[in-house]
Amino acid sequence: MYDPTVARLTYRALLGRRRALILGALPLLLIVISVAVRALSGADDQVAVDLLGGFALATMVPIIGVIAGTGAIGPEIDDGSVVYLLAKPVKRPTIMLTKLIVAIAVTMAFSAIPTFLAGLILNGNGQQIAVAYTVAALVASIAYAAMFLLLGTVTRHAVVFGLVYALVWEALFGSLVDGARTLSVQQWALAVAHEVTEGDLVTSDVGLPTAVILLTVVTAGATWYAGQKLRTLKLAGEE
Amino acid sequence: MTTLNIDHVSRWFGNVVAVNDVTMTIGPGVTGLLGPNGAGKSTLINMMGGFLAPSTGSVTLDGKPVWRNEQIYKHIGIVPEREAMYDFLTGREFVVANAELHGLGAKAAQRALATVEMEYAQDRKISTYSKGMRQRVKMASALVHEPSLLLLDEPFNGMDPRQRMQLMDLLRRMGDEGRTVLFSSHILEEVEQLAAHIEVIVAGRHAASGDFRRIRRLMTDRPHRYLVRSSDDRALAAALIADPSTAGIEVDVTEGALRIQAVDFGRFTALLPRVARDHGIRLLTVSPSDESLESVFSYLVAA
Repeated sequence: MYDPTVARLTYRALLGRRRALILGALPLLLIVISVAVRALSGADDQVAVDLLGGFALATMVPIIGVIAGTGAIGPEIDDGSVVYLLAKPVKRPTIMLTKLIVAIAVTMAFSAIPTFLAGLILNGNGQQIAVAYTVAALVASIAYAAMFLLLGTVTRHAVVFGLVYALVWEALFGSLVDGARTLSVQQWALAVAHEVTEGDLVTSDVGLPTAVILLTVVTAGATWYAGQKLRTLKLAGEE
Repeated sequence: MTTLNIDHVSRWFGNVVAVNDVTMTIGPGVTGLLGPNGAGKSTLINMMGGFLAPSTGSVTLDGKPVWRNEQIYKHIGIVPEREAMYDFLTGREFVVANAELHGLGAKAAQRALATVEMEYAQDRKISTYSKGMRQRVKMASALVHEPSLLLLDEPFNGMDPRQRMQLMDLLRRMGDEGRTVLFSSHILEEVEQLAAHIEVIVAGRHAASGDFRRIRRLMTDRPHRYLVRSSDDRALAAALIADPSTAGIEVDVTEGALRIQAVDFGRFTALLPRVARDHGIRLLTVSPSDESLESVFSYLVAA
């Protein structure tokens, strides 16, 4: 269910010069802010939680997920080059699953590693905060990559829709409407992170069982549906 | 022996019928799919290649369905019309990737690159390639697995005459090897030079089918209009109208020419010079006035 050639092509498309710069910008910003905060106000658990939760997990991870998830397939469908993958005796779900694995790996690399580093810089992993948010970032990466890969398969405006979801739903609605939080990848990831930490610094509005079930359903459902869409994909540019 | 069967295939997009009840059988050798732009050639090729489901009817390759059947691509090579093709790879990397997706290796890729004579530029990035080079690398990617059916959508678009000739030679060779090769084009001369068999598509309908002589004949056996200038227009007109190959002659005084409508193309083209010689009339201009491909096609559809 994994094709190394599809993976290689996807990696090279994703980590091409311009996209890699965009992927690297936010993590770099996170590290710079962390260094500045630590230098100005010293180690503080609450500050670490605010920054990792408010910026890293709420903003950076979903945006990285949008770029990697939609970028793993969207451009190929847009310009029609996906035809070279589709005109092969390779199962469409295999193509999709391979692209998902690549998107997850890239999202994890560009979100979890900087989150962990930022955590270390902010309070030296006091109260397991760095580890907790790293786990949250890893978990969220999987769900985001799957969701945005599906988005990249079904619409040409995947990046816009993805950013609207990431910024409006996760960041804005989540803080205003309680119900929205139950349906938020960020909260599901926090529920998992909560299990990892000892204290109550990291909390989630969603219980662990609900979170795990929703994460699994969203990831598996999005991947399955994307595979189906790819089987009947209409190539653009037809008369 | 590979035969592609298109059986009562229609395809519509919303209210627009792109392909209308087309039935044809494409066998070994080179077949040209001829039609003006927007006739539905690309839609038809997309259905032949399994990228689009027919709204009704079926497309089968040696009895096996093409739609939603990935395994069929072991036998099909596709050269799409669109340019996009992983521009960040080199030509060699691109063809190797295509070979790997077929479960083949670098050797197959190298052979395909040699077939299209692209070895000299294989280590350059595709983004630096000219249109003709791209076309050849696309060909190589479609040939890596030695398919028995090759589908090409407007392969000669934007090629210079030398590249065109090279590609024609290559396709002719493929056809001679017994492969089934189908290419689309809106240029009659292109199709005529290369294809032993021609299928004509106009406005989504299958307008004509046969070898190029038959298609030529269909295209020539229709009322032809000529503009003729001579040393004695009226004497020429009088002599021509006596023959049944001429349906009407107008003396255009302002142009100083004859407008002739011929109904029997072959007979008229033999008659005109003979009549002129017999009457001692010098022909100054003989030019067809409605030879545009569109008018030929519209005649074919009406027929």
